[in-house]
Amino acid sequence: MQSDAKIRTEYGTDSSPQSPGCSLRHFACEQNLLSRPDGSASFLQGDTSVLAGVYGPAEVKVSKEIFNKATLEVILRPKIGLPGVAEKSRERLIRNTCEAVVLGALHPRTSITIVLQVISDAGSLMACCLNATCMALVDAGVPMQALFCGVTCALDSDGTLVLDPTAKQEKEARAVLTFALDSVDQKLLMSTTKGLYSNAELQQCLAAAQAASQHVFRFYRESLQRRYSKS
Amino acid sequence: MKETPLSNCERRFLLRAIEERKRLDGRQTYDYRNIKISFGTDYGCCIVELGKTRVLGQVSCELVSPKLNRATEGILFFNLELSQMAAPAFEPGRQSDLLVKLNRLLERCLRNSKCIDTESLCVVAGEKVWQIRVDLHLLNHDGNIIDAASIAAIVALCHFRRPDVSVQGDEVTLVHLTPFRTFLLVDPSEREERVMDGLLVIAVNKHREICTIQSSGGIMLLNEQVLRCSKIAGVKVAEITELIQKALENDQKVRKEGGKFGFAESIAKQRITAFKMEEAPVDTSDVEEKAEEILAEAEPPPDVVSKPVLWTPGTAQIGEGVENSWGDLEDSEKEDEDEGGSDEAIIFKGVRMDVGMEVSNTGSQEAPIVLSDSEEEETIILEPDKNPKKIRTQTISAKQEKAPSKTAAKKRKKKRTAN
Repeated sequence: MQSDAKIRTEYGTDSSPQSPGCSLRHFACEQNLLSRPDGSASFLQGDTSVLAGVYGPAEVKVSKEIFNKATLEVILRPKIGLPGVAEKSRERLIRNTCEAVVLGALHPRTSITIVLQVISDAGSLMACCLNATCMALVDAGVPMQALFCGVTCALDSDGTLVLDPTAKQEKEARAVLTFALDSVDQKLLMSTTKGLYSNAELQQCLAAAQAASQHVFRFYRESLQRRYSKS
Repeated sequence: MKETPLSNCERRFLLRAIEERKRLDGRQTYDYRNIKISFGTDYGCCIVELGKTRVLGQVSCELVSPKLNRATEGILFFNLELSQMAAPAFEPGRQSDLLVKLNRLLERCLRNSKCIDTESLCVVAGEKVWQIRVDLHLLNHDGNIIDAASIAAIVALCHFRRPDVSVQGDEVTLVHLTPFRTFLLVDPSEREERVMDGLLVIAVNKHREICTIQSSGGIMLLNEQVLRCSKIAGVKVAEITELIQKALENDQKVRKEGGKFGFAESIAKQRITAFKMEEAPVDTSDVEEKAEEILAEAEPPPDVVSKPVLWTPGTAQIGEGVENSWGDLEDSEKEDEDEGGSDEAIIFKGVRMDVGMEVSNTGSQEAPIVLSDSEEEETIILEPDKNPKKIRTQTISAKQEKAPSKTAAKKRKKKRTAN
């Protein structure tokens, strides 16, 4: 099963923000920016920006309580209009990812609520939501067995792989794949895909996402070091 | 989540401090908190921070047909949402009272002030007009939502570029005053709002005309107090308008000069809780080999060929279904029925459904009770000293019976039909 996918690599930072090939856009993250939630984080990837707020572990309604672990709830709000079915499905994906890493057993009969607000959407929204969620959970001090990150890949019509695509690249792509990877072994926690791709392309995108996740985890580590170091 | 109640000592402390003209954050009674306005990369997107209260505003437009009684006017639609991250008490079902009040007040202030000339939004009279939609999201609640929301709405509208012409409007700023018995506070924080007796909202435009005034909470104010408040509002509006103009000019300048704009730039660099990383290349040269390795090691997927059987147009069956797993039944009659029932029609509210799979039988257990007109009626005699027979669902009648009480009901129903 030889694949025909071409992957171009670019070394060095390019001046043009739209350079094709495998590079992640400019990242920025600010934690603890809201005073009311227990943890909050704003994650920016290029022009895509998501704000996450976490409340928990807190009181849970009796109808929703689980006797041996915490109840995770994710709420995603779009910028314009009322939330619809797409938001519900994204909420579920994020919830499944969080349930895999959050140590809910340490806080039984409590609720951990994650609220996400889309501030601007310019491509790879799902990955940005996942990253913001992880940083907000860290800021809230929720116990987790690993950190996680989201990476989006797009495959365009001639099979070129693009990481962290912009809105334009996503629209023109043949397939868009988003993966949630964990920080310990870069194992796959969640994947959601749209479009046509072959088996080989899927594995290649996954391998590329794993390589990209190293950068994201390095970013997490550096930003937390900056915050908690004594110097 | 329930709102954390305010303790009595905290309440007393706040009221005593206000009596002595002291506020928790050290402000004077007529001082506003710091207002910070930042813009996003798209036009019409802004975030306003009034102290710690944060509101996100976004303006969008759409071409629609106008309202029947206003054929030459565009439509302006405001929507304020209290996000659940703003306060733990803002759950989807719970905040309707406050939400309606805020939305109504915001709409009144911004519509009555005529800050947007709706006639100018008309494209083709009677057919196509612009519908301008302003979405406001409260991100953090630290008091004075209405002021922050109104500033965000105005700034977003001023910043917005309609596809042909930019929308310019008269600025309207609301000033939220909180009377505490005889003490007035401007721009209350969340704690101060909790102990307040009532509130007075005055919307003033830059020409010092009062557009809207609302007093709620049942406090009684003297007319000189109201006049004083409106004077304060006038002064504050001038300051805030200047701030808005400056922020808009700055943003316009940065965009024209080609510099970086957007929320990324508004993150303060010197904060330790903020961190940035420039564009990073990712080495994906070995991706192909890795993928090939994985594919080589992986087992080929099992060969599954599905053979659907078409019963009638629109009904197909794949597979044989599973053996009924409900266990042994006391009545062998019932067992025969059940096995034979897998291919029988199930009457469901008068609609016939062909179901091939046995599994659906268990599904029909949850079907609502349907009056049975089947031939298989049985009279069940309840004997109090014996264990009542557990009657299985008759697949033909699709009735649900679990308890003896229900069998009694069945009996009663049968009696009625017999009569």
